Amino acid sequence: MFDPVLLKNIDLPDSHLLSTYEAGGGYRALAKVLREHTPDEVIELVKQSNLRGRGGAGFPTGMKWSFVPKRADKEKYLCCNADEGEPGTFKDRIIMERDPHQLVEGLAVSGYAIGARTAYVYVRGEYVTAIRRLEQAIAEAHAKGYLGTGILGSDFDFTIHIHCGAGAYICGEETAMLESLEGKRAQPRLKPPFPAVAGLYASPTVINNVETLACVPHIVMRGSEWFRDIGPDKSPGPKLYCVSGQVRRPGLYELPMGIPLRELVEEHAGGALPGRRIKAVIPGGVSAPVIPASGLEVGMDFDSLAAAGSMLGSAGVVVIDDTTCMVKVATRIVEFFHHESCGKCTPCREGLNWAVKVMRRIEAGEGAPGDLEQLDMLCKGIFGNTFCALGDGAAMGLRAALKHFRDEFAAHVEERRCPFH
Amino acid sequence: MGMREQIETAAARYPDRRSAIMPALLIAQQAHGHLPGPVLEEVADILGVERIWVYELATFYTLFHTEPVGRFHLQLCDNLSCMLCGAERLLAHMETVLGIGKGETTADGLFTLSTVECLGACEMAPVMQVGDHYHGNLNIARVDELLDRLRASAPRVETIAPAAAPSPGE
Repeated sequence: MFDPVLLKNIDLPDSHLLSTYEAGGGYRALAKVLREHTPDEVIELVKQSNLRGRGGAGFPTGMKWSFVPKRADKEKYLCCNADEGEPGTFKDRIIMERDPHQLVEGLAVSGYAIGARTAYVYVRGEYVTAIRRLEQAIAEAHAKGYLGTGILGSDFDFTIHIHCGAGAYICGEETAMLESLEGKRAQPRLKPPFPAVAGLYASPTVINNVETLACVPHIVMRGSEWFRDIGPDKSPGPKLYCVSGQVRRPGLYELPMGIPLRELVEEHAGGALPGRRIKAVIPGGVSAPVIPASGLEVGMDFDSLAAAGSMLGSAGVVVIDDTTCMVKVATRIVEFFHHESCGKCTPCREGLNWAVKVMRRIEAGEGAPGDLEQLDMLCKGIFGNTFCALGDGAAMGLRAALKHFRDEFAAHVEERRCPFH
Repeated sequence: MGMREQIETAAARYPDRRSAIMPALLIAQQAHGHLPGPVLEEVADILGVERIWVYELATFYTLFHTEPVGRFHLQLCDNLSCMLCGAERLLAHMETVLGIGKGETTADGLFTLSTVECLGACEMAPVMQVGDHYHGNLNIARVDELLDRLRASAPRVETIAPAAAPSPGE
């Protein structure tokens, strides 16, 4: 059995309090880096661990940190993306609600590494409990000298502020999140410049996901080799998998990177509901292309899923069974992206609006011959032609549904009704 | 602490006062229930920022309400995981028992019914947010219980408000 790392505290009584976190060895990683390591050594350690960002893109964290200019005369910022909005994902909420100090320590260690004195945690506004717990944790850490000025007798100063989101999925995109932090509508920026060079207030900025930052203190304490030895070498570490949908035991599972999707869904999460069969699984939030039941042997890591034509994304695993219409599923997903499109660029804003109309009429039994080809054409027009990954995610998901379940789409058009109704 | 002081406290967290518009709108919405034009102007004046900057945020982000909402805002998630676990049935049920469609408010001002995108609590799908609280693993019986509990918790004056329009001459 895999010994939990990131979730080891969450079932303890008062798991959100500093005393519980300290009793489990909390804040020793912060003390250790301040005492024993230069910031560059911490960056090197994280590089060696092969930690890759848990927000969705899987970019190597140490490399991202190393892009921050060393001698910039400007303030540097660390931002934590806690605007968890990818449908099917709830891991960051559980970390913040039940072990917020793990994130606070991760922020402090990471801030030290990149030379930041200020961090902003952008938490989605709906996460009221997470925000309160995080506020309390920050206050406790300040009182105990883990945050503030001259932390633990060093010359490192570090403060964490919470910024509440207000219901815009697009803030998961890092430059849209920076716009939002600057008090603007959340619309992605044209890149370059990348945030490491010109991010928040045009200053060098690193943006990391909650789970990514939570990994950092463990790497400091147990070493990069320990981390790399969990799961595949190029995509290693303990991983939080969010399992939901039509499955017996939905929930948050911490297991090594790279475990087969089938093992996760069927053994850990208990498989399909009684009397039903799994038809398809979305492995990484609704941006991730759907995988039909025949493809469940794939390993749950960045490279294996990319090779299988999908992606790990946020590891939001949504299970769909044989009672469910895939046209309905795909329509709901495209409706979501259409709703959340920020409106900045035409292919996403107009293309998704068009796709939703076509899909709704197919699902309603009013599809016309040529509608499927129309959807293919729309995917082609959106993919690769937008400012950010929102449009790409929508197009990739729709393409996969059209590829793997084309007969279901075609049946709707031919029979002029939804075969599942 | 008054609204102005709360907004000033929030603004101190940022090097640029424009960054404080979002927190200021949340503070103002908590104080006023929603964000009508004069409140938006007050926020702009407190922060000393352009009014258009405040308007554009109030209308871009879905958690800001420029129109009044009921005392209890029922925000049912109907994204994929909740849909797969029966959110549509719950929506239809609430529409029937409350006598309103989604996006509408009951005549007594008690309930506004909305569907929202993923709340990030799919492990307890289907899920609904009411105020600060998430209610998960919902079914029709649990929704009925919740609505009863909310009604009972509302101040008496609101619960006895007439549901039907008064007859002419009254």
